[in-house]
Amino acid sequence: MLSYLIRRLIAAAGLVVVISMITFAIFYVAPRIGGATSESMASRYVGRSATGATVEQIAERLGFNDPIPVQYWNWAKGVVVGTTYDYGAGVEKCPAPCLGYSFRTQQPVLPEIKRRIPITFSLAIGAAFLWVVSGVAVGVLSALKRGSIFDRIAMTVALAGVSMPIFWTGLISLSYFSYTLGWTPPGASYVPLTENPLKWAHGLLLPWITLALLFSAQYARLTRAGMLETMGEDYIRTARAKGLRERTVVMKHGLRGALTPIVTIFGLDFGLLIGGAVLTETVFGLPGLGQLAIQGTKNNDLPQVLGVVLLAALFVAVANLVVDLLYAVVDPRVRAK
Amino acid sequence: MTDNVKTPYLDVNDLRVHFRTDDGLVRSVDGLSFQVERGKTLGIVGESGSGKSVTSMAVMGLHTASNAELTGSIRLDGQELVGAGKEAVRALRGKKMAMIFQDPLSAMHPYYTVGNQIIEAYRIHNKVTKKVARKHAIDLLDRVGIPEPGKRVDSYPHQFSGGMRQRAMIAMALSCDPDLLIADEPTTALDVTVQAQILDLIRDLQKDFNSAVVIITHDLGVVAEVADDILVMYAGRAVEYGTAEEIFNEGEHPYTWGLLSSMPRFDRKRTERLEPIKGTPPSLIRVPKGCPFNPRCQYVDLVGEPCVTERPSLLAEGSSHGVACHIPPEQRSAIWNDEIAPRFA
Ligand SMILES: Nc1ncnc2c1ncn2[C@@H]1O[C@H](COP(=O)(O)OP(=O)(O)O)[C@@H](O)[C@H]1O
Ligand SMILES: [Mg+2]
Repeated sequence: MLSYLIRRLIAAAGLVVVISMITFAIFYVAPRIGGATSESMASRYVGRSATGATVEQIAERLGFNDPIPVQYWNWAKGVVVGTTYDYGAGVEKCPAPCLGYSFRTQQPVLPEIKRRIPITFSLAIGAAFLWVVSGVAVGVLSALKRGSIFDRIAMTVALAGVSMPIFWTGLISLSYFSYTLGWTPPGASYVPLTENPLKWAHGLLLPWITLALLFSAQYARLTRAGMLETMGEDYIRTARAKGLRERTVVMKHGLRGALTPIVTIFGLDFGLLIGGAVLTETVFGLPGLGQLAIQGTKNNDLPQVLGVVLLAALFVAVANLVVDLLYAVVDPRVRAK
Repeated sequence: MTDNVKTPYLDVNDLRVHFRTDDGLVRSVDGLSFQVERGKTLGIVGESGSGKSVTSMAVMGLHTASNAELTGSIRLDGQELVGAGKEAVRALRGKKMAMIFQDPLSAMHPYYTVGNQIIEAYRIHNKVTKKVARKHAIDLLDRVGIPEPGKRVDSYPHQFSGGMRQRAMIAMALSCDPDLLIADEPTTALDVTVQAQILDLIRDLQKDFNSAVVIITHDLGVVAEVADDILVMYAGRAVEYGTAEEIFNEGEHPYTWGLLSSMPRFDRKRTERLEPIKGTPPSLIRVPKGCPFNPRCQYVDLVGEPCVTERPSLLAEGSSHGVACHIPPEQRSAIWNDEIAPRFA
């Protein structure tokens, strides 16, 4: 078990390094391949009025003329131990972990990211709770009553659920429940959990449901398929032969056997989501990470976008690690390998 | 058969289990009767597909499929199970009747420890703490011959060998002291050497627990040593039913002869080939008219007409040894003496 844990940890660390390289390459190497010069890269860090000579100077100071590996090394080092940016007009400190420094807002990007993590996280955790509970419950019932009216309706709704885009379901539900009926506050109404838990949940209810609708469909289908398989296994017959109640047979023996693929997909979905639910945050006006990335893109604020992307990648890597560990919890045969 | 002065613990009468399918009605069990007393072992023998597993599942009340139709009577300790409420039958499972399955690897849950699965079985019918149940599980593992039971109780099924897994499976089945134990092909998935050990174990435990045991197998050799009575099954029906002595010393049905001839025996000369029964078992949707064995029977010409038109009944009047065959008894014993018995000499 311990060696499994260590191996997974090393693999996760490796994944983070690879992801950071790819992220770096996308933002610093790809533009150069596309024709950007070190000056045009540097010009994003100074005002429009800067002269050619100043830009050249800054490009040099910010290291845009160094070989690519050196640039990556300096950038990665900055993430780990912090760094300073000398852009001529002054020296800006960016303490560790430095995910980047936004010359547009004249601030390190991390504090703003930190401010937004709870919002995206609130959105993700509530939606995840809803979609796992509803998806798994519907999936189990569908499998037990295969071919029934319930099963057919549930699976049709599930198919529709995955096919409907968030910006459509989100807008429809907003216009109906918020504007017409007034049951929930309209968008842009985030209240921190610590301030008022009720308002927190009330304000997030609509985005939660909208997001859960999209995901739960997939979970229902996955659970149904898994349950149909495991309920036909020999060990289910054994469980019944022991005299277990049907409820225990289904929940303890059947569902447990069908859990592995659900755990996998959940880790990946959740990891992706806490990196920023771009569409949902935009539709519902939630100032989370996804919105920050969009904003950074619009403002051509490269470090800000890079910071969010890097963090999102980190979340996915961590989610992967958690999934691997959960595997070992769910399936003892994994531990032995 | 043994004298039925005592009331049998399990009394099955005219049991029918039919499945409605798109291809037609599958008559998996079609009018089967047998009895088992406490302390006795019944062997049910027949080729694969003859309805043995369906019979055992019917007794256990495990036919949950909506297309299954059960009729006839299954009395367990006097209580009628056919038509009884699901919950009533569930409460009997594990406690009054328990079952051992063919492949212990797939029959045990891969995600729970062996101990956990035994503890779970024990606690269904015994309101005890986990600690007490665990102690009981270790005792059981010890009883079925698993070394270091205190350690192995926390192992998962995949960490056991095939024989050990079957022992653990037996421990689980015995956890609540069942009065009836059904073993469906308990040794088929095991090595030959392990097979004998498991059969010895079942026989030992039966003495200790004084339970009624049903051993189901496709191999007459498996029950030769352990069964008191033997029921030979073909196409969902009994073709011969008698004591083990009767079957082995004066078997009377041509199908039984076929099973006996294809039985591997230690006293057989190496060079002698086993003789499998020619042909294949019939479809249970279209069972042959008359005697279901007639298309494969090499003696069908002795009788002719009735074999293909009339269903032979099992019991002749005044006899406890049942044989469903149209060949007259004198002729059967002549064939046994002239053709079948010499093969074992
Ligand atoms: N649920 C079911 N639906 C339809 N046919 C079934 C079902 N269960 C068993 N059968 C059929 O019943 C017959 C007897 O099966 P079984 O009792 O498993 O034979 P065996 O003697 O090898 O244990 C087989 O032909 C099988 O196809
Ligand atoms: Mg079988």
